[in-house]
Amino acid sequence: MASDAEVVLSVRDLRTHFLSRDGVVRAVDGVSFDVRRGETLCIVGESGCGKSVSALSIMRLIPENVGRSMSGSVRLEGTELTTLSERQMRAIRGNRISMIFQEPMTSLNPVLTVGAQIAESLHIHQRLPRRAAWERAVEMLAMVRIADPARRAADYPHQLSGGMRQRVMIAIALACNPQVLIADEPTTALDVTIQAQILNLMLELKQRLGTAIVLITHDLGVVAETAQRAIVMYAGRKVEEAPVAELFRNPLHPYTRGLINSIPRRTAAGRRTNIRGRLQEISGIVPSLREAIVGCAFAPRCSYAVERCRRERPGLDQHRPEHVAACWEIARLAPQ
Amino acid sequence: MSSVLAVPVPAGSRSFDWIRRNPTIVVGSAILGLFIAVALLAPWIAGDPLSFDPLNRLKRPSKEFWFGTDQFGRDVFSRVVYGTRISLIVGVSVAVIATVTGLLVGVLCGYYRRLDDIVMRIMDGLMAIPAILLAIALITLMKASLLIVIIAISIPEIPRVVRLVRSVVLSVRGLPYIEAAVASGTRSRIIMTRHILPSTVAPLVVQSTYVCASAILIEAGLSFLGAGTPPEIPSWGNVISLGRAFFQISPWIIFFPGLMLAIAVLAINLVGDGLRDSLDPRIARRM
Amino acid sequence: MSIAPLLRVTDLKKHFPVHRGLLSRVVGQVYAVDGVSFDIARGETLCLVGESGCGKSTVAKTVMRLLAPTSGTVALAGVDISRLGESELRAHRRQMQIVFQDPYSSLNPHLSAGAIVSEPLTNFELASGQELEQRVASLFERVGLRVDAVKKYPHEFSGGQRQRLGIARALAVKPSLIVADEPVSALDVSVQAQVLNLLIDLQEEFGLAYLFVSHDLAVVEHIGHRVAVMYLGRIVELAANADLFGTPLHPYSEALLAAAPVPDPELRRERLVLQGDVPSPMTPPPGCHFHTRCPYAQERCRVETPKLQEVKPAHWVACHLRPVGGPFDRLVH
Repeated sequence: MASDAEVVLSVRDLRTHFLSRDGVVRAVDGVSFDVRRGETLCIVGESGCGKSVSALSIMRLIPENVGRSMSGSVRLEGTELTTLSERQMRAIRGNRISMIFQEPMTSLNPVLTVGAQIAESLHIHQRLPRRAAWERAVEMLAMVRIADPARRAADYPHQLSGGMRQRVMIAIALACNPQVLIADEPTTALDVTIQAQILNLMLELKQRLGTAIVLITHDLGVVAETAQRAIVMYAGRKVEEAPVAELFRNPLHPYTRGLINSIPRRTAAGRRTNIRGRLQEISGIVPSLREAIVGCAFAPRCSYAVERCRRERPGLDQHRPEHVAACWEIARLAPQ
Repeated sequence: MSSVLAVPVPAGSRSFDWIRRNPTIVVGSAILGLFIAVALLAPWIAGDPLSFDPLNRLKRPSKEFWFGTDQFGRDVFSRVVYGTRISLIVGVSVAVIATVTGLLVGVLCGYYRRLDDIVMRIMDGLMAIPAILLAIALITLMKASLLIVIIAISIPEIPRVVRLVRSVVLSVRGLPYIEAAVASGTRSRIIMTRHILPSTVAPLVVQSTYVCASAILIEAGLSFLGAGTPPEIPSWGNVISLGRAFFQISPWIIFFPGLMLAIAVLAINLVGDGLRDSLDPRIARRM
Repeated sequence: MSIAPLLRVTDLKKHFPVHRGLLSRVVGQVYAVDGVSFDIARGETLCLVGESGCGKSTVAKTVMRLLAPTSGTVALAGVDISRLGESELRAHRRQMQIVFQDPYSSLNPHLSAGAIVSEPLTNFELASGQELEQRVASLFERVGLRVDAVKKYPHEFSGGQRQRLGIARALAVKPSLIVADEPVSALDVSVQAQVLNLLIDLQEEFGLAYLFVSHDLAVVEHIGHRVAVMYLGRIVELAANADLFGTPLHPYSEALLAAAPVPDPELRRERLVLQGDVPSPMTPPPGCHFHTRCPYAQERCRVETPKLQEVKPAHWVACHLRPVGGPFDRLVH
């Protein structure tokens, strides 16, 4: 059913490399995925896997002067974003594709009222006159469930709590009704009860406005509760992609399995087993992105690795319906 | 679409790499090194800076007198060379005194809050007095000598160093590894020396170069005003001061010491800037 | 026969004065910890769980006497350490050590790893010279670090390795209690597992007691023998692990458990989303601190502060709607 919906964002072979004094850092090394209208796609991975850099690359928010080199294709509803001029890109950011970040305090301008910041987006992209933009901003604040929105619009970011600031960020991002919203760890810095509110809000708005969401997170719980499909990234590469239920039921890639087994969790019946028992560890550490990785990036830490894994980089093969994974030894892996 | 080539770094070129990466330190140090060499070798490269030679008054720079002569026939080159000694002595002494005193006071202030309130008010007061005026006042009260000049210049420099050290101490003091040291039973004195002090070293080294440069300039200014080193000692400021009257007919008397002053201060600032750039991000990266 | 607890905290309060103005007048107080009591037995893990501003980290630091309590007592192995001066306290510090949250700022970047771990040993004069080196080496091995890493500096280690270093440092003097303040929160998921396994192993091997502070319910459920839920400076529920996660009695505990995302898409859960924000610890609501967000709040809750009572054996709750003896059914609006 999901594959019938139209593709709004298409990323093909995205590569973002940074030239530094110590070598080339391959932050994103050939990532491809599609986002369909109205769905939530999660990009999961640990720190340094390239998920944030992917998002920033899609939005073309990485400045040129940090020695960045980018290649690949990003198509937003048919428009190729990588070849646009900065001026053309500006007309698209905040308008047809938006992004919200982890730290709302530093992502909001501290010297402008929140209403002004929402209205700015409307003014620039939809050419609304000041009064109309302000009214629409108040409407957006109501839509993100901020109490007393007319008064709150005149508040400054420091007068709001963390959860409210994140709601304002969402309001700014959705003001012009974009097709895609990229959310980079939007709830990581928030308390768990506030996180639940924000995720709930995002779900509600998604259903109302039909926005597709790309949610970047390291929290598998968030993935399970919010996304329809998920991509697992490791060392700048995509290693697995599947619908979420399928991913948790039958994780194929050894890294995904390791991740799922290393978090304390309950069984499907809600019971806890293994209290104070051993959690499955993934030995070793993430490889440095400065050196070119030959073969599979996960091979040094993988208990199933064979010679081929160290020599040849595995491609993404479909092993089950709608489920791809990049691993040579999937057939050999013990069933979960 | 673009592609990227990885550039491998050959192992042997690491020292050249460092030179390439820190040009400011290298250039500044080279120039400073030259000055130090000149100061040390003064008796061998220069003649007598004090001997009068009325027959050769106000001679232009020539093969015999590289920087010309002044109104008393004294060789300006020799005076400038010996002046290098004075400037370097003053610069280094002031830097050392201000740094050591500032470090002591800054660490204690940063660590003990009650002491902090009192002492910082005193420091604020000291900073409010312009260095030159304070120096003039002190020198007028005591007999003029090089030592008095050094002390007089050091005093207004101390509050700035205290401020710097104190701010580093305050920021480090709240870090968990200090709490860890307390939890491990470490005594206060050792916490200050072992855990807090090392963080002050880098900014302090940078600051001391600026203090040195500033001291050299202030000394020159004081001497120029006649309130610095006694006139029988040939400091750059003194040479400029005495050459002031003949500026229009014999500009070389002012020009050469002024040029040396500018180059020396520039070199020291280059070293300071270079150190600052290379030390700070490394510390940030290490943490 | 009851064995005296290793740690007994009684009515602990820690208030921070807020200064403002030219003369630094005190204009208010942050009621970070507002009357907290609990025991920890030898070899037991008590988890303190709650969201930001609940005071759990302040409790940890006050127990460690990195802060002085405003009132209340902290008794370690029967000795009241709450009012001791630093020199008298030092002897007791040997019995309790701390592991911090941030692996980056909890290690002195200017000292080598070996120096960091040997510091507590030299402070208490437990070893020197050759013997010191050997003890440090065996500590490194025990926490899973290579012995030749003794000469390395913190920046040469990964986050997980640094955290192991912090654990080695805490373990050096063979304490009875380790206060762990969010020890895995700053680590990647796969590294968390390594460190949690290590902590559990060490507890078994050395009979350590842990005061484990965390905001992550999954971790708490995995490692805790008993769990205390904190809200705005107070403990609202304290129970054995299985009891708290099986039948949470306090409305806040219920909400917390409902809010924490579970990595299992097939688990059908009740969506209980708590409204509103956490009040500021400078102006806590009167009566029950939680009443402003509680879906079941009644008039009494706004006025009267509920006491933490043992409503079931070994299950303590501070809620007017949960009197001693029951009822323990799900609350309704």
